[in-house]
Amino acid sequence: MALPAQKQDATDARLASMTLPESGVWAKTAREDALSRVTAMGLPSARDEYWKYTNPASLVAREAPEAALHENDAVPLYDGIDRLKVVFVDGVFDAEASDDLTLEGVEIERLAEVSQMDIHWAKDLYGVLETRGQKPVERPMAALNTAYATDGLVIRATGQVAKPIALIYRHESTTSDAILHHVIRVEEGADVTVLENGPAAARFNKVMEVDVADKGAFHHVRAQGRDHERRANTHLYGRLGTESVFKSFTLTANGRLTRNEVVLELLGDDAQAHVAGAALGDGDFHHDDTVFITHDAVNCESRQVFKKVLRNGAVGVFQGKILVQPDAQKTDGYQISQSLLLDDDSQFLAKPELEIYADDVACSHGSTSGAIDEDALFYLRSRGVPEGPATDLLVLSFLAEAIDEIEDEAIADDILSRLEAWLARRRG
Amino acid sequence: MLEIKNLHVKLEEEDKQILKGVDLTLEAGKVHAIMGPNGSGKSTLSYVLSGRDGYEVTDGSATLEGEDILDLEPEERAAAGLFLAFQYPVEIPGVGNMTFLRTAVNAQRKARGEEELSAGDFLKIVREKAKSLKINADMLKRPVNVGFSGGEKKRNEIMQMAMLEPKMCILDETDSGLDVDAMKLVSDGVNALRGEGRSFLVITHYQRLLDHIKPDVVHIMADGRIVKSGGPELALEVENNGYADILEEVA
Ligand SMILES: Nc1ncnc2c1ncn2[C@@H]1O[C@H](COP(=O)(O)OP(=O)(O)O)[C@@H](O)[C@H]1O
Ligand SMILES: [Mg+2]
Repeated sequence: MALPAQKQDATDARLASMTLPESGVWAKTAREDALSRVTAMGLPSARDEYWKYTNPASLVAREAPEAALHENDAVPLYDGIDRLKVVFVDGVFDAEASDDLTLEGVEIERLAEVSQMDIHWAKDLYGVLETRGQKPVERPMAALNTAYATDGLVIRATGQVAKPIALIYRHESTTSDAILHHVIRVEEGADVTVLENGPAAARFNKVMEVDVADKGAFHHVRAQGRDHERRANTHLYGRLGTESVFKSFTLTANGRLTRNEVVLELLGDDAQAHVAGAALGDGDFHHDDTVFITHDAVNCESRQVFKKVLRNGAVGVFQGKILVQPDAQKTDGYQISQSLLLDDDSQFLAKPELEIYADDVACSHGSTSGAIDEDALFYLRSRGVPEGPATDLLVLSFLAEAIDEIEDEAIADDILSRLEAWLARRRG
Repeated sequence: MLEIKNLHVKLEEEDKQILKGVDLTLEAGKVHAIMGPNGSGKSTLSYVLSGRDGYEVTDGSATLEGEDILDLEPEERAAAGLFLAFQYPVEIPGVGNMTFLRTAVNAQRKARGEEELSAGDFLKIVREKAKSLKINADMLKRPVNVGFSGGEKKRNEIMQMAMLEPKMCILDETDSGLDVDAMKLVSDGVNALRGEGRSFLVITHYQRLLDHIKPDVVHIMADGRIVKSGGPELALEVENNGYADILEEVA
């Protein structure tokens, strides 16, 4: 079927400016397949139902809109945590700033290297979850990524990984346009933590595909960089085996445009998937969490906790769906999306959805939008806490349920102090 | 300590006069009790004194140690030494009781130009006060008032009072919802704070609390005014005969 003319033009314009990276046999095939998916679907437009609340124009455009660099002298996140650092500057691997990629319990390679080989295990994962996730909703930006990603990590966790793998994304050029694609295979019984931090580029398109085998565990905590003008479109895919665990938390403070998509499939019985996010926006800030969780096994649990704090015209979007297939009995699905609006100018748009084909399930969802609780504020002030800090405390109170999803205490503390600093800066 | 003169208060949002000329003088170190039927304006008085939004003072004044407090922000009144134990303590999910206490204590110290308490000193004082109020470690760790029973909430109010060491304590029906043991704990907590020139305004319906916290003066409030004041025997009279006689007598 022909694409609408406008979509066709926008897609052609973007693709004309790009070339598929040189690749060995397996990656060449994956990239060409992805490219044909993109041409068939076309890149997203504001008319697409799935992009109703978030205009994709600047994500799709030929050139990345400029984004000023954010100077700050804050202590880097996760600084006190023993971790293996992998640094990308505007999407380009920085060997000097990175640690040696050897770590007990895991093999870490780079996409830029393994994609040159003719065969590699990554072929079973690279673009595979992305392809599966094109149904029932198309995600052309992720297919675009599979086709053109220049680098990324290819990780295979085989046991208890000795320490977290920390991806650090630096932004040093105001016009950078980065496309990174990570694939992570968590083998049976293995356990790995992946951290991400940084603005990455003026415009960032990132895909992470995570395949968690039976009894495997994947922990993920990311903080999207503070640069006010940066744009990002990310996709996080997860496929979960029996008794596996998948936990992901995202902190987003600032950024002109962020669309984080999460696509999870629970395919093995007794699996557990938690995704959470805390977003803080002040002014020119548009933040979109789009989540799709498919239950296709018995007795699985999924939990979505998304909280947004918005002020001065900031916009928050949540589209979250739980799909329970006919055989997914005893599913326990929970979804909450909430916004705290600190003034009348800000906006929260939520579209929570449940689609359930099994009869023995417990699924609940809720979405709220509200202001600071005046009674609580007075209570705090009556104890001597001035209005500013009291409001901050209530903001943290609002975000607590999301932050509680971070299992590791040291990492949670780090995220919390970043939040507190953000709030304190806004008080001046 | 606290001087209230001809205080008139209406609701901000509607034309409803609630306090219709309250006069009350409370000297340093004294305990005054306010009793009165439901809806007579007791809680309103406590809120207006502590600075809650939604009320408009149309006439009169209130001073704490000679300083006009009605134009101060709630936190400034707190730093000046005023404390209200709420009739309905507020639940704050996601904020640990300890964090809340430390933030409050240090905010007040900062406002007074004093040094903040070190984490170690703070912990020591908290443990000590918590022990005497039978507040266990779990209650200190839990979010403020969340999942607390009525009695636990009230004990938590007294805990905050003990930590903040205010000069002027207002207790709004701190005894309601307390069983005999909890009443004893709360009263002991309050009595431990008596002295050092600290004053108390105890709002209650019941003589029971006043058996434990012996008042110097008892006021009866009705329809936004203090209609009668007297010694502790006034509370007994209320206990035995209810308010009807008194209200009739002053009508
Ligand atoms: N915020 C408010 N909105 C509406 N009515 C109020 C409000 N605060 C107090 N009132 C009214 O004022 C009167 C006094 O209430 P209150 O001070 O709570 O009395 P008490 O504590 O003596 O029982 C009651 O009629 C009550 O309904
Ligand atoms: Mg009352």
